[in-house]
Amino acid sequence: MNKVAVIGYSDTKFSSDDIPIESSMIAAVKLLFEQTPNLGQKDIDVVLTSTNDNKKYLAPIVSELSGIAPKISHNVENLCSSGTNATVSAFSYIASGLADVALVVGAERFDSPGQVLQWDDSRGEFKHPIFWASMFTKAHKRKFGTTDEQLALVSAKNHRNALDNPTAYNPKKYTVEEIMNSKKLTDDLRLLDCSRPCTGSSAILLASEKTAKKFTDMPIWISGIGQKTTSASFTKNDLTSIESTKIASQGAFIMSKTSPEKIDVAEIHDAFTICELMVLEDLGIAPRGKAGQFVSDLYNTNNKKINPRGGLIGAGHPLGATGIAQVAEITRQLQGKSGKRQTENPKIGLVQNMSAAATSSTVLVLEP
Amino acid sequence: MSVFEAELKNGRFVISECPRCQKVIWPPSEFCTHCFGNTVWRTVNEPGTLVEYSSKDGKMFCMVEFENSIRVMGSLHDNKSPAVGQKIKISSCGFDKYPQFAFSPA
Repeated sequence: MNKVAVIGYSDTKFSSDDIPIESSMIAAVKLLFEQTPNLGQKDIDVVLTSTNDNKKYLAPIVSELSGIAPKISHNVENLCSSGTNATVSAFSYIASGLADVALVVGAERFDSPGQVLQWDDSRGEFKHPIFWASMFTKAHKRKFGTTDEQLALVSAKNHRNALDNPTAYNPKKYTVEEIMNSKKLTDDLRLLDCSRPCTGSSAILLASEKTAKKFTDMPIWISGIGQKTTSASFTKNDLTSIESTKIASQGAFIMSKTSPEKIDVAEIHDAFTICELMVLEDLGIAPRGKAGQFVSDLYNTNNKKINPRGGLIGAGHPLGATGIAQVAEITRQLQGKSGKRQTENPKIGLVQNMSAAATSSTVLVLEP
Repeated sequence: MSVFEAELKNGRFVISECPRCQKVIWPPSEFCTHCFGNTVWRTVNEPGTLVEYSSKDGKMFCMVEFENSIRVMGSLHDNKSPAVGQKIKISSCGFDKYPQFAFSPA
């Protein structure tokens, strides 16, 4: 299997803009070309788009509008984790030798149809994500004694981190008290416990070992990949643990020959505050039932190692762009180019993304 | 409209079962997830068990498990002191764009 590196990236400002999805994607592609030395349209073998938008034939459309005539182009849709799924597909094309350079561009509109999985009849009439998130939250509180304050600290930390992210949707500092007193959505969830859908796009460029050096002297290698789908129905899974993330991370750690304690910086899927706690535990970064204390310590020491760009809660959640923005951020962190939100000399980074009430997950390990 | 949805519309919560594998198939499907054979439909066995609950705007919603394998979300009524593990019955069910289940203590 050929080695694959992330060699370029771009993020547009996340917003509420009412713009066509292809325009949003082109904005990220344009920026990627501007920021990547020696990159020409003819270098690109693969164009993958990542979105839940209902527009058809998007990857060829984006290719044509970008002046690219790729060997391979198609869309990847897998709800919230579309971007990381597209990244894995691009990796596979290069690792197999089918391609040398792949452009992955993800975007979403604020009104994306991917926010609710209508198919899942096991949710009854309670299809909106706030209902499964409330079940997770209540169950975690019941089993581990997790408190509302610990949940609020996730939001406070990620909103604070987003202050140093110029592309964040609505960077604003909130106190723990403001979060705990924000609008009550359910008995177990406040407005500021939630990420917000928005319009935005991100792009990354992947390359084989033989071509990477043409574009950068700081390639960041994807050294581990794990994916797992346990179901599509929310109600089939445990309410206090995310099995798909647990299994995906084990695969990624084995492939990269690393382990949770060696992760210096991570972008994880905090669609809701409870998700960050559960994911930290299922990745093995925090002990089972203790992620609330772990995040509290991060907050109190201003440690940005988890969700330095602000996560989904702080940066916004344009579904198809989210996974790609996560990969871009970990690449930037490992290159030491994250500016004010730079963590201290990270050597190994991790991306975790998931879909549909955590029924499927992708975990990537990245290293210089 | 699927059998599951049509039966719900008539007020019956039916589930699919594979006669060959003797397994309940959930979420409902006309095909067995083990042998891909055709399933048959039957009414779910009550009572269920309360798995978890919360509330929105003063109205409770919950997850209930039936037959140790089928979990479904619905509204929870007439339950001033809900408790995980509590026995639960189906008060009513229906279908209007989405499946609708109303549960109460057994």
